[in-house]
Amino acid sequence: MDTMKDLIEGRVWTLGRDMDTDQIISGKYLTIIDPQELKKHVLEIGLPEFAAGARPGDILIADENFGSGSSREHAPAALKAVGIGAIVADSFARIFYRNSINLGIPTIEARGVRALFEMGDTARIEMRAGRITNLGTNRSITFPPIPHHLLDLLEAGGLVEKVKVELAQRKAAAGTPRA
Amino acid sequence: MSGANGGMTLAEKILARASGLDHVASGQIIEGRVDLAMMHEQGAQTVAPFHQMGAEKVWDRERVVIAIDHWVPASTEGAAVLHRILRKFATEVNLPHFYDVGNHGICHQILAEHGWVVPGDLAVGTDSHTNMLGAMGAVAAGIGPTEMAAVLALGRLWLKVPSTLRIRVKGRLGPGVVAKDLVLRALGEVKTTGATYKSVEWTGPTIERLSMPERLTICNMTTEMGAKCGLVAPDEKTFEYLRTIAKHPMHPVYADADATYERTIDIDVDGMPPMVACPYSPDNVRPLTDVVNEHIHVDQAFLGSCTNARIEDIREGAAILRGHKVHPGTRFIVSPASTSIYEQCLQEGLIELYTEAGAVFTNSSCSACFGGNMGIIAPDEVCASSSNRNFPGRMGPKEGRIYLMSPAATVAAAIRGEIADPREFA
Repeated sequence: MDTMKDLIEGRVWTLGRDMDTDQIISGKYLTIIDPQELKKHVLEIGLPEFAAGARPGDILIADENFGSGSSREHAPAALKAVGIGAIVADSFARIFYRNSINLGIPTIEARGVRALFEMGDTARIEMRAGRITNLGTNRSITFPPIPHHLLDLLEAGGLVEKVKVELAQRKAAAGTPRA
Repeated sequence: MSGANGGMTLAEKILARASGLDHVASGQIIEGRVDLAMMHEQGAQTVAPFHQMGAEKVWDRERVVIAIDHWVPASTEGAAVLHRILRKFATEVNLPHFYDVGNHGICHQILAEHGWVVPGDLAVGTDSHTNMLGAMGAVAAGIGPTEMAAVLALGRLWLKVPSTLRIRVKGRLGPGVVAKDLVLRALGEVKTTGATYKSVEWTGPTIERLSMPERLTICNMTTEMGAKCGLVAPDEKTFEYLRTIAKHPMHPVYADADATYERTIDIDVDGMPPMVACPYSPDNVRPLTDVVNEHIHVDQAFLGSCTNARIEDIREGAAILRGHKVHPGTRFIVSPASTSIYEQCLQEGLIELYTEAGAVFTNSSCSACFGGNMGIIAPDEVCASSSNRNFPGRMGPKEGRIYLMSPAATVAAAIRGEIADPREFA
């Protein structure tokens, strides 16, 4: 798995507010667990042209309350399978935010970001500096620094990689004879 | 952010205990020890990350519950595979508490009726409505399946201590007005983002008078406010409910008198009419008395879901249905929240009553609530539902229109064939 890049650039898809998980992956697809299958249906209700048109590295820019509703990880998993470069929103619903970070997707809360972009613009995100810029208009805004423990998660490549290291260390420690 | 040594809210108290700290404040990141972890079908997606992490055993098999509910019995090959993955995993890592087909129910109801969550607990589940168990005086929150893999391996997870929105309720609910109407009214004020990342603490004399099933309903829909958890402080009703069924010792805690609340909303329910959440958001709430005037035809009525399909809800509906028939232009689906509720309905003659009136009384499952199993509606159809969400696409097609209401109002709609006031049937 790739670890987090500090500089992320990509083509922008914009979305409105309250884009709930039913609109990202609807209930009828919840028995699918292969992300490559799921991605065919991603945003089928919310932005029907996305699944066929999205390219790896594209960036989603949404308004308030992105990912509200259910706990389904199918939603960020499908976006990850598309190869989404980052998800930026004015605000996120809490379970989606955790799921997305846990999968290693750069997930950024930036108040006012939606107003800065139109569909098809190019965005540049400086993760550590906390800045997102519209490369077409040169307008940018800053966002609060991503909390340390979340940056750790993203840098590890997601929660699986992070816990893997912790469990391996624990095992090694347990196996070390005491001096 | 509350002060370093100020009083703590109910959620802060619980998270202080879970993290082994004397004091926590909102905004603080803690590592919380988990008292109970619950998985439904989404837990099938926990298995691969659990193995990828290199985990070999579950931290405490007495604190893990698997309860399948979305597709019971499996309605598609895909669902059958999810169930199969979970059964194999439970055998492999030796998880004894698996509520499988025949002993099943909606996961949150299973946790409630078997006493899996007790006052003071930190509970997590792979479903967003895990908030419902906050009615036990616990912090209960939804998480995703990868996060659950880490919980199973480590027995803990990181949490940001939430700030608390207090909803203080006074007044008496009138005849035909119930806890569901109260939570819808609150949603109309808080809105779907008003409690995002927050804890909702229900307080006040009206809340103290609510029964445990009613408290489960109001905590359930704090999820629709965006909340991390929704709680009611434990009292004699809580202890009595859990007295013979609690799986673990209770360790109740209470908010300090000088706790810091980010915001307090006061609601007076005196004179409040029944409420309805109209398409396409649970916060698009209007008095039922207004909506009735629009004579909205109902193609399907649904009495079910973790929000409102307990025995009390089904009895409440039966009191209205008795002596009536389901409208010929309306389909009526009733799905109890657990198999034991189904059995109770059987003993009380309720299945007969609903069935003879023209309803279809199904086995327990999430049923029509989430649009992935049964009870799907057509694009131009309307459903009157006792469930919790009415987003575009929730019951299938994005155009389908869902109105959220109390169990009694759902039955009134089934009888009239349009949205109706249940008080007219009293």
